[in-house]
Amino acid sequence: MTTKDLNPPSRRLRRRGTAAPYIFLTPGVLLYVCFLLVPIVYSIYLSFQGLRLVSGGAFGHRQSTFIGLENYATAVTDAEFLGGFRRLAIYGIIAVPLTLGLALLFALLLDLGSARAKRFSRTAIFIPYAVPGVVASLMWGFMYLPATSPFSYITEKLGWGTIPFLQNPEIFSSVANIAIWSGVGFNMIILYTSLRGIPADILDSARIDGANEWQIATRIKIPLVAPALVLTGLFALIGTLQVYGEPTTLRPMTSAITQTWVPLMTIYRDAFTLDDLPLAAASSVVLALGTLVVSVILLRLTQKRAFGED
Amino acid sequence: MMNTDFRGARHATPLLAKAVPTAVLLVGAFYCLVPVAWVLAASSKSRSQLFTTFTLAPGTGLADNLQNLFAYGDGQYGKWALNSLLYAGVGAVLSMIVSTMSGYALAKYRFRGSSVVFFAILGGVLLPGITLAIPQYLLMSKIGIAGSVWSVLLPSIISPFGIYLSRVYAMAAVPTETMEAARLDGASELRMFRSIAMPMMVPGMVTVFMLQFVGVWNNFLLPFIMLSDQDRYPITVGLYTLLSKGSGEPALYSLAIIGSALSIIPLVLLLLFLQRFWRMDLISGGLKG
Repeated sequence: MTTKDLNPPSRRLRRRGTAAPYIFLTPGVLLYVCFLLVPIVYSIYLSFQGLRLVSGGAFGHRQSTFIGLENYATAVTDAEFLGGFRRLAIYGIIAVPLTLGLALLFALLLDLGSARAKRFSRTAIFIPYAVPGVVASLMWGFMYLPATSPFSYITEKLGWGTIPFLQNPEIFSSVANIAIWSGVGFNMIILYTSLRGIPADILDSARIDGANEWQIATRIKIPLVAPALVLTGLFALIGTLQVYGEPTTLRPMTSAITQTWVPLMTIYRDAFTLDDLPLAAASSVVLALGTLVVSVILLRLTQKRAFGED
Repeated sequence: MMNTDFRGARHATPLLAKAVPTAVLLVGAFYCLVPVAWVLAASSKSRSQLFTTFTLAPGTGLADNLQNLFAYGDGQYGKWALNSLLYAGVGAVLSMIVSTMSGYALAKYRFRGSSVVFFAILGGVLLPGITLAIPQYLLMSKIGIAGSVWSVLLPSIISPFGIYLSRVYAMAAVPTETMEAARLDGASELRMFRSIAMPMMVPGMVTVFMLQFVGVWNNFLLPFIMLSDQDRYPITVGLYTLLSKGSGEPALYSLAIIGSALSIIPLVLLLLFLQRFWRMDLISGGLKG
């Protein structure tokens, strides 16, 4: 684990006057400014604008003017936008803990000396990472459709009828399942790598002291990989807040997913179907701020400095 | 592993201790492989077999489906595949280079403004990139490049997380002493980066490349917003269009299915290949900085 022995800041080069770091940073900073900073500033500017009728000429004309927080007021009182957050919460409460829980379970089992067929399982569980969310939704969507579902095939043969995967309220678990399927493998690999980094002598001395594998897992391994858990949790949460492709892909197959099912779908509709760009910009800012707040709360709650740097 | 010696005394049934974890892992593997098995089976079915035969049984229409897929829209599927490869391949290579340079500068030099840049990068990691897609589209429309290849490629190059990981890796892998020695020997800063730092950073670079490649390959909203010309679609947006048209034109379902099956094969192979080279502890161990 080379990443552990990081050079302390004091040992970094102190070279006055060299232009080298600025030259190395130029492309990154330039792209950052063009594709992150400017769009953020532009979004914020746009979110304070609105089309208003301005008197002038015979009929007056619509002109973009500063309207203060009006778009924000519209966004945070919009039942569809808020409903999207409520649906997102239900979906997230199912998807995030299960993704992380299963990833941790599989990682701990892979790390266990006694399990067999580990290489095969690890590779198989990791494969969904290579499948785009849209393609995953397409495959699962067909596996949910009564006519092509292998699960409904079995329940029908048993005389229980088809499983209503694509109806309310099952749709929440069905969309969450796609995220879990896509996310477990990647998180498992991160946690597994982290487990492999635990010094062997800590585990050996615990075993000599008579600890069983369950105690070793819950009292030593999990606390030691807690930082990796926080980071995977953070990314799972950020990923949840920007879910878009999966429900959008499932839409042609079900009426349970509306045009405004999650916040990003509402933003997309406002921007491109209703042509209300300022409102979409305000909603985007709300979503981005929400993500930042949730991330900071998570980092605070866990008391781990996930990005603890100088 | 020696640990069975210690456990033997506590567990009366060592066989169970072996069987249960293995069984749980195999259930997980089964869960992850079922959709893959389904899509492979379904892609071999003719249009009439799709909705009539047992869903996991192979059909007889594989050759026809392949032919239809590549004939669709004058070979649009092939274009989509090449576009995905272009966006993800070129985007990830450039992203890797930019991230490596930036991460190296942040890790190995002290200079005015370095902490401002670093915190800006961290902020970028936490920001949901997708919320930027709409303002990016508006700005690109203004300068007239929305809808072009550039509108998808350029935003794919900047990756705050890639820069962050490169910095972590450069701090760990490039010893300051080596740099100082090279400097005393009169090596220029650029040469030092090219001949000393970069070779040491290769595993980190592979990791950044792989993460970015998969990220761009899987991206849907950005190309969906940016592009209107179907010939420039990547595979994700192309397959989505097939599926959304499919409700009116069921023949397209078969195309979407075989298109999905084909699209996952190269990426799975790439990952299995790269799996040997990347450093995932970069992500998990990156926390301990």
